[in-house]
Order: sequence, then C-alpha cells, then structure tokens
Amino acid sequence: MEARDITASGPAGITRRLEAASPRYGEKAIVAALAACALLSVVTTTAIVIALIGPTVGFFQDVPITDFLFGTDWFPQFEPASFGVLPIVVGTLSVTLWGMLVAIPIGLGAAIYLSEYANPRVRKVVKPALEVLAGIPTVAIGFFAVAFITPDIIQKLATSAPIFLALSAGIGIGLMVVPIIASISEDAMGAVPGGLREGAYAMGATRMRVATRVVFPAALSGIVASIVLAISRAVGETMIVVLAAGSTPNLTFDPLQSIQAMTAYIATIATGEVAQGTTKYDTIFAVGTLLFVITLAMNLISIRLVRRFREVYE
Amino acid sequence: MSDDEPRTERTRLAVAGARATTAAVVAGQPRKDVIRNTLFSVLLFVAILIALAGLAALLIQAFVEGRPALGFDLFTEPNSSDATIAGFRQAIIGSLMLIAGVIVLVVPLGVGAAVYLEEYANRERWWNRLIELNIQNLAAVPSIIYGILGLGFIVRGPLDLGFIALAGSLTLALLVLPIVIIAGREAIRAVPPSIREGSLALGATQWQTIRRQVLPASIAGIATGVILAISRAFGETAPLLLVGAATFVTFDPQFLSGDYTALPVQIFQYATRPQEEFRILSAAGIIVLLLVLLVMNSFAIWLRNRYEQKW
Repeated sequence: MEARDITASGPAGITRRLEAASPRYGEKAIVAALAACALLSVVTTTAIVIALIGPTVGFFQDVPITDFLFGTDWFPQFEPASFGVLPIVVGTLSVTLWGMLVAIPIGLGAAIYLSEYANPRVRKVVKPALEVLAGIPTVAIGFFAVAFITPDIIQKLATSAPIFLALSAGIGIGLMVVPIIASISEDAMGAVPGGLREGAYAMGATRMRVATRVVFPAALSGIVASIVLAISRAVGETMIVVLAAGSTPNLTFDPLQSIQAMTAYIATIATGEVAQGTTKYDTIFAVGTLLFVITLAMNLISIRLVRRFREVYE
Repeated sequence: MSDDEPRTERTRLAVAGARATTAAVVAGQPRKDVIRNTLFSVLLFVAILIALAGLAALLIQAFVEGRPALGFDLFTEPNSSDATIAGFRQAIIGSLMLIAGVIVLVVPLGVGAAVYLEEYANRERWWNRLIELNIQNLAAVPSIIYGILGLGFIVRGPLDLGFIALAGSLTLALLVLPIVIIAGREAIRAVPPSIREGSLALGATQWQTIRRQVLPASIAGIATGVILAISRAFGETAPLLLVGAATFVTFDPQFLSGDYTALPVQIFQYATRPQEEFRILSAAGIIVLLLVLLVMNSFAIWLRNRYEQKW
C-alpha cells in the first residue's frame, strides 16, 4: 500500500486529509518481514541449484559429460572407474515403470469409484484410509517391501527371485503413489460440472459410459497431472528403493533383477566412507543434478496441467 | 413444479415428446451396457480393495513382526550392536529435538509467507507469480535433493554448522515449509473478504486486520497444515542420511553439538542388518513411528472438524 494524498471536502469547504496521521513505519516493516518469508522459498531453490551445480561442474572437469550421460558402465568404485550414468537411470525408470503399472489402474479406479459411484458411507471410510496411506513414511513402506512383498509374494510366485529386486520396490512405490493419483484425479473429476453428467444421463447413458466417455475426458488434464506428479515422486523416492531394490547397477528393465536407482546411489555414497572432494564423492552431486532436472521438468508439466483444469471449470 | 396440466398445446406436445423419448432411450438401454456397467463398478471397487488391502497388510505385517520387541524397553534402551538389548532411546530423543527445531522454524516462516502471498502480494507482478510457482515446485522436489542442499549449504558451505542436529532441523524445515505455506494460504483464502472489509472500514490498518481478524479465523486450517508438515518431517529419512543422522550414536544426542540420529534413520539402519533380531526391532520401531503419526494426524483431523468455520 503506497501512501496517497487523499483529501475530502467537509462542510463549509474545510478540506481534511484522510491519510493516516502517522507514516506507519511498523506496518511497512511487517510487510517487509512477511515478504522476506515468502522470498525464502526463492532463496531455497537458488541454494539447491548452487549446491548442486558447484560440485557438478568440478565433476565434469574430470569426467566428460558425454561419458556420463551416455556411458553404460557405472563403476565409480572400481579402478579404473567408469562413470556412465545410464544403468542407474534405467534402474530408476524400471522401478518407476513397475510402480506406475501398479498405481495407475488402482489410483484411477479408486478415483472414478469415489467420484462417480461411491455412496457417502463408502467415501467416509475410503477417503481417510487413503489419507492414512499417504501419510505412511516411506521407510515403513520400504521395510514392508523387503520383509513382506519380496519373500511372501514375489518369491512364492517366482522362486528364483533374488532378495533385492526392482519389482518389489516398484510395488512399494505403487502403494506410495496410489493416494496421490486417487486424490488429484478425484479432485479433477469433481470439478467437471454436473450439467455434463446430467446431459449424458438424460441421453440414457449408463454410469460407466458417463464416467468413461464424459467425466474422464473432461478431467483428463487433471488426471494426467496426477500421473506426472506420481512419476516425479517415484523417480525421487529414496528409502523404498534403497531397502528393496538392491545396490547393483544393472542396465535392465527386468523386474526380477536387482538394480540400483539414482536416489539409492546418492544415499549409499553419502552414508559410506568416501572422502569428500574426490571425483567419486562428486558423483552424488552430478546424479543429484540429473535427478533435480528430471523432477523439475515433470513438476512444471504437472503444475501447468492442474492449473488448466482449474481454469476451465472453477 | 406441481402443475401437471400443460398450459398450451405446444408445451403439452413438448412434454409428451420428451417423456416418450426418455422412456424409449432408458428402457432401451442395451442389456450389454447394463452388464458392462456392473462389471466396471465391481472392477473399480476391487481397485479400492487392493489399495486398502495393501495398507492393512503393511500395518499387520509391522505389528506381527515387531510384536516380540514391543515394550517399554524400546524407549529407554540405547542403540546397541546387540539386538537383544538394543532400543531406540537416542533415536527418539533425536527425533524430538529435530521436530522441536522444525516447529520453531516452520511456523513463523510458513505463516509469514502465506500471509504475504494471500494478503499483500499483487498477483499481476511477475515476481509474486514466480514465488508461487516456485513453492509449488519445491513441494515436489525429491527429499534427497533437500539432503544435498543441507549437505552443501548448511553442514558445509555458507552456514558450515557441521553434522549436528540443528543442521538436520534446518534441512527438514526447508523440506516441509511448502506444505505449511500451501495449507496456510488455503486457510487464509477461506476467510471471506467481508471480514477484512469490515475491519478496514472501522479504521484498522491492514496488519491489524490480519492479526486480529484473519489469523484467528484461519488458525484451525493453519494448525492442521502445520501438524501435517510436522508428521511428514517426523517420518522423513532420506535427507537426514545426507546431513549426518546416519552415524552410530551411543550417547544421548544434543542439539548443537555432537552426533545425532532420528527414529526413521534408526529403523532404516536396523532394517539393513542381516540378523533377524534387528528386523524385529526395526518393525517395532515402525509401530512406534506409525503410532506417533496416527496420534498427530488424528489430532489434525479433529482440529479441522472442530474448529473449521463455515461462513
């Protein structure tokens, strides 16, 4: 609020200033302090970028960037070391893929059911349960994957499966992102105007046709946003892959193989005994930069899509 | 409308036509469609059941596996390499310290940012839109990236605190700040403009209006957001691994010096040991973690329902 010279004419032509009697410095100081709080978020992002870029630049002075991005051997700990990041990128993508195969049908099914079919009693039970699932720490899901999903489900079905494998972590990640897909998609479907549904019902459409032919396409941008956000979460998830997927860099999409994900690599090196300042230590930051760029791109896509469905219907 | 007799010939014809069409279409709903619809709804319900079964299996598994180790010892016994006597003492103290630090940092900063963005910021300005977009993105940045930020900026670099609990608190605070800001903004936005206008019309300044009207009216929503943020920070593991909570701690941790650890980190470390006893201990730790989160989240839901204002 800037100070303006406001005057008003009173009776008998006396003009009075309506401006505050004092300049209210306190008020301005408060605005500045609040703005500083909001600016902290920009500072955080800047700090993230600086923290990542500095050591990454150093790393690329030792290792050519093309060797890093397109190399297929990831052996930072061997002599001679090899820094081809593809195996751990594929490890992350593999876990994400299996996770999405679990989470997309379940999450979308839950969203359509809650939005189009469920009566209030069912909603009252299911929605809080999904909120509880969303609040479960990932270390607990990782433990569940390695202590239950692997030995009691996967190894019962595929007896030759190893203790650590991509599929188990994928199922765990799927469980983790189901609430994200379900809640954002349901929001998007809820934002579809009732008139569209009623029009279809008036034409004699069944609930299924209304859900799949009218509501689903109308809410598509929100649904895609939820999936993109879920992928971003899956790519960035650490504890589940560290506990359940193993630590063997392995260029494969085979769900029954042990792999290493990018986040798992960062966590392993950061907690190990690698001297800082070495090229091997700087790999944390190079891998972190790649991870940040991938998730940033997906977050921006997701934010834009969510904004679109809000704009269209709200 | 209760008027059964259409007034004019045209209306009567239109109503009759509409009735006939509707009857024809609805009665003529193909059997195949009806069956498909039923199958589809069953399929959707199965999807929900699978999600709920996953949640139930997770809870039951942790409880069954961790039951033998459950007991008061779990809270009082220190970390040890002997699974039969090991507990979570340092981890629980560490977590409480970390969370206390997070609360002190996140409440003023998060509420301040939310108030600024909702009450003062002009959305036409590009920098305010940038801040908004930036916060939305920060909410989805992988937690391990915050660990790298903590390592590069707080443990070393500009702040240079070293691997101490304060560094862990700062890292977690930055991680959950977007949650508080987003929830706080929603709560503040729910306060109707008429409240503000009434206050301003009585001569209150903008800050007086915010402090005496807007914040008290939105306190329940803000508190809910803060609790959700705290429970997220309480269960977060990955960033703490990078800022030093991973060390084997045998003494009670302190906030400003020395090694520290946290409950989820300790659970993770026990889970990675090969012995069966440690796995049981890990499961018991998960039960403790989940119980704490359950209490916090129930409180948040209760708060939301109890104090939510309907305008």
